[in-house]
Amino acid sequence: MPLEHLLVVAFVLFAIGGAGVLARRNILIVMMSIELMLNAVNLVFVAFARSLADNGAHVMVMMIFVVAAVEIAIGMAIVVNMYRQRQSIGADAFRIMRG
Amino acid sequence: MHPVHSPLLALVIGLPLLGAVVLGLATAIAARRGKALRTQVVNAIGVGSVAGSAVLAWVLFAQLMGMDEHSRVLNQHLFDWIHVGDLKVNFGLWLDPLSAVMLLIITNVGALIHLYSVGYMKGDSGYSRFFCYLNLFIFSMLCLVLGDNLVVLFLGWEGVGLCSYLLIGFWYEDRANAKAGKKAFITNRVGDFGFVLGMLLLFMVFGSLEPAVINAALAEGLPRGVEPWMVEAAALLLFVGACGKSAQIPLYIWLPDAMAGPTPVSALIHAATMVTAGVYMIARLNGLYFHAEFASEVILYIGAATALLAATIGLVQNDIKKVLAYSTVSQLGFMFVAMGAGAYAIGIFHLMTHAFFKACLFLGSGSVIMAMHHEQDMRFYGGLKKFMPITHGTFLAASLAIAGFPLMAGFMSKDEILWWAFASERGSTVAWALVVLAAFCTAFYMFRIMWMTFWGEHRGVPEGHGHHGDDHHGDDHHSDPQESPWTVTVPLLVLGALSVVGGFLSIPPLFTGGEAIHFSLHHWLHPVMANSEVHVREALHHNHALEWGLMGLSTAVALGSIGLTWLLWGGGKDKLRDIFAEKVPALHKVLWNKWYVDELYEITLIGPIVRFSREVLWRIVDEVLVDGLVNGVASFCKHLADKVGRLQDGDVGRYATVMMAGMLALVLFLASSGLW
Repeated sequence: MPLEHLLVVAFVLFAIGGAGVLARRNILIVMMSIELMLNAVNLVFVAFARSLADNGAHVMVMMIFVVAAVEIAIGMAIVVNMYRQRQSIGADAFRIMRG
Repeated sequence: MHPVHSPLLALVIGLPLLGAVVLGLATAIAARRGKALRTQVVNAIGVGSVAGSAVLAWVLFAQLMGMDEHSRVLNQHLFDWIHVGDLKVNFGLWLDPLSAVMLLIITNVGALIHLYSVGYMKGDSGYSRFFCYLNLFIFSMLCLVLGDNLVVLFLGWEGVGLCSYLLIGFWYEDRANAKAGKKAFITNRVGDFGFVLGMLLLFMVFGSLEPAVINAALAEGLPRGVEPWMVEAAALLLFVGACGKSAQIPLYIWLPDAMAGPTPVSALIHAATMVTAGVYMIARLNGLYFHAEFASEVILYIGAATALLAATIGLVQNDIKKVLAYSTVSQLGFMFVAMGAGAYAIGIFHLMTHAFFKACLFLGSGSVIMAMHHEQDMRFYGGLKKFMPITHGTFLAASLAIAGFPLMAGFMSKDEILWWAFASERGSTVAWALVVLAAFCTAFYMFRIMWMTFWGEHRGVPEGHGHHGDDHHGDDHHSDPQESPWTVTVPLLVLGALSVVGGFLSIPPLFTGGEAIHFSLHHWLHPVMANSEVHVREALHHNHALEWGLMGLSTAVALGSIGLTWLLWGGGKDKLRDIFAEKVPALHKVLWNKWYVDELYEITLIGPIVRFSREVLWRIVDEVLVDGLVNGVASFCKHLADKVGRLQDGDVGRYATVMMAGMLALVLFLASSGLW
């Protein structure tokens, strides 16, 4: 499979994720979109690893997995707490957190 | 010369340090539990550590005695201290005949005074704290005399200054005591400034801070590249430090106030040991001062002027410790006269005899003060001879010694100083005349104390007087004065005996027909000062008649002065009659007010500095500039934060939008600029 095809798929995934983050109000959907963007980046890493025959990129992929898992764990904890407080998981619920 | 390594040296300074640390920690721990240490424990540690040091000092002395007389040096390298570039300072100890004399004086007189303090400080609430400071002082003083380089010496120099400060203000609840401590500390800072500059100059010129190296470099005259002015300047700068520590004009003003401390402190620190540090320093660097003729002349005249000035003030004071304090300043002046005249060994000789008789006098006055329930005004004394025979006897012996009664310790050393002031190549008739006058005053004020304190009728303290709020030994006021306990009288007896016979440690060559005596202090110190011999003026060589004549004159001066006090106060005469105040009221007023030197400093130095500090440094520099800068930064940040904080309004969606827009802009910028 040529490199370009993989990059196009990754770009499409990233764009869908970005649009989701910007457009959706439901915070769960936003977080899923973020995961989508992260995995688009992973895909780029893996694609280049294969095309350049350099396994170093896999290290970054592993790291992004870990970061993504941690981010979801913390994010979900915040969302659950927010739901208990406001009975809502819309992005507007977060307006109470302001400077 | 190959110094012999001796591990005992570390022990001799280590014991008092250990004592101070243990006592300090134990006192702090006990205080947390609301308790005080038991007196027996404090005595065992406090007195024991210094007594142990004293025993070790004799062992070391015996070891030195057993060595060849030209290579009597023991040393010990403890650790590398500062190694930066060319500067190499090690923490090393160095025991030669000169520091051995000091070591013996400090540990033995120190041990006696520690023993005395057991009696004097009995029942004081700060008992263990007192011994902690006193042990720390002994440690610092031993660093000062045993340090093999000027930095270790300076460490000790500052250490004794700190202990002096702590002990002057020992009863700090009284504001006057705290102020006296502060005055001593600040006055010494002025001197130390000169001392540090002198050290820097010495290092620049000689590349070393070890007295042994510096003296050796100067042994054959000035080395190449060393100009005479460098030596003079270094000598003068170091002497500024000595002026502070050893209370010479113009920095002597702190010593009389230092008498606010407990009397054992006055005896140990402000008479026998610490204040002689300046004299010791000059003797240590005798090679430097030998080549600094101008500096020596300055020292000669400052010493002579101080000797006379302080002695005149002592003539009229009524506080027994004040008189002794001015007497100390005056006697230190004598020592500096010897140093200026190039008679380094004689100066050290007088340092030693002075340590004996002045410590005895101070301890005697302490004994009297105890018996009189902490009344220090001699006008309330009188007739104490029959109540306190031991104190009276030892005080009389020490008074005769300091007054220069023939063959007593002070006579031997003081007479030698007078001779050298007169006859040395560096001496001068003017300086000689000043010190002879000072010697006259010395005998006068000492016997004034004798008459007012011990002889005649007992006057006693009138009702309602004498409580200074420091009644540490509160007992009934109306009983007769009592002789002090054995812990007080034993040190008095030992020091009194030394005041009588101490002079025979260095019998003047005149008495032996010019033959050098093998066992004498002079002979003992000779190897240390062999390259710095100042001679008697050519014309006076072997002029024994003149030497006898001058000795007769100084004896006559002493006896005449004692006789004069007998005429004034002896017999059945009124012991309170103040002959000065009656005959020459103007002079009396000037002397009573100590020549108005404190007032002069207040007007010319202290007042302007305080005003400048308050009006300019505080009101403008501190309040406007420094505070303005600090507060300005804070309020700028606060205002900025108020504005920027509004951006964070909780709209998560907009955060995401702005972030993405920013990232997009960054990517586009990097891609288009070609930096990537």
